[in-house]
Amino acid sequence: MGEKIKKKLGWKELPLADFLEAGSSLNFETGDWRSQQPVWDEKKCKHCLFCWIYCPDSSIMVKDKKMTGIDYRYCKGCGICAAECPFKAIEMRRVGRGDLIAKQNKEERKR
Amino acid sequence: MANLKELSERKELLVGGHRLCPGCAAGIIARQVLLAAKEPVVVVTSTGCLEVATTIFPYSAWKVPWFHNAFENAASTISGIEAAYRSLKRKGKIDKEIRFIAFGGDGGTYDIGLQALSGAVERGHRFLYICYNNQAYMNTGIQRSSATPKGASTTTAPAGTVIPGKIQFRKDLTRIMVAHQIPYAATATAGKWNDLITKVEKALATDGPSFMDILSSCRLGWGHPPEQTLTIGRLAADTCFWPLYEVVAGEYHLTYKPKKKRPVTEWLKTQARFKHLFKPENKGLIDTIQNYVDEQWQKLLKLCGEE
Repeated sequence: MGEKIKKKLGWKELPLADFLEAGSSLNFETGDWRSQQPVWDEKKCKHCLFCWIYCPDSSIMVKDKKMTGIDYRYCKGCGICAAECPFKAIEMRRVGRGDLIAKQNKEERKR
Repeated sequence: MANLKELSERKELLVGGHRLCPGCAAGIIARQVLLAAKEPVVVVTSTGCLEVATTIFPYSAWKVPWFHNAFENAASTISGIEAAYRSLKRKGKIDKEIRFIAFGGDGGTYDIGLQALSGAVERGHRFLYICYNNQAYMNTGIQRSSATPKGASTTTAPAGTVIPGKIQFRKDLTRIMVAHQIPYAATATAGKWNDLITKVEKALATDGPSFMDILSSCRLGWGHPPEQTLTIGRLAADTCFWPLYEVVAGEYHLTYKPKKKRPVTEWLKTQARFKHLFKPENKGLIDTIQNYVDEQWQKLLKLCGEE
């Protein structure tokens, strides 16, 4: 359960009620929805964590009370983090074909 | 008072990979509510965007015991779970402190689930009911609900030559819940995390039923860019369209008083669903909405003893 579906189940194969594995949505990466990409500038960041508390996709990574980066596997590129950042440490950039960051994501996913 | 640094050390209970629209406030609200809980929680969700998008088969974004039953009975389902927990506790089979939270949209709370909610709070179960209120049936295609404000264009009350959007005013559910004499009721908005989390903490600490009505903007149904979700939520509080207050044992307290009350048009013009109101022929309607907001605000100030 919780793995990517390869084949659609027929009505005879489907369970009567579904028991879902907690947190299994992590197997479904919504990062490819993005048309714009948040880019974090570590130097400007004061670790106020406003981006973290407001991220709808739990995609701001925090370790030891400090922001450590953006989880591009799930970030849908809504731009809330960039809009809420009081220090302008997050900038939204369009994701284009051949975009460097888009390429990096792809490689990351392969791994 | 909540502290972000401390909250960041808590476990993330709503994980990514759910399929809510980019910039949806419902996901932000659900995350903040779960972060506010110090004890383990059991969550029930009524049918709605939050339920559908977070648990598309065979995935689930919840890392808590989670239950979905139907559109109308989130409150009765959580009642049953809470009653079972109390029974097990009495028999000594469980000794953990567990809290119970039900989530419902405005359709599942204001309209379809109202009788179940009314019954559950009357019986006095200890649970927190969260209504994430996006002011229409967004999940099924933006149909009007009894939470839709006057003048908003929806697919079943479309603005055109016959009517200028929804004709009726929205109903005030928080006051209806207060009339049940519950120990804690509050309103909140996405965009004020500290206010929201503090209220959830208070509600969960209340021994008895508690209710929160949280304004949750829908970028698709309201028609605004996704990054403005929280700005619009805060503007609703600043224009007094959505006043932030809590009612503790029948006593009204204002939790946020805007320094300068802004005209309601500032909030209306941020959303495409109110676009038609700015045509010259609908000028009277804007005045009606402004008068209504002012009237409600004055009444609330009186109730809170702020005059």
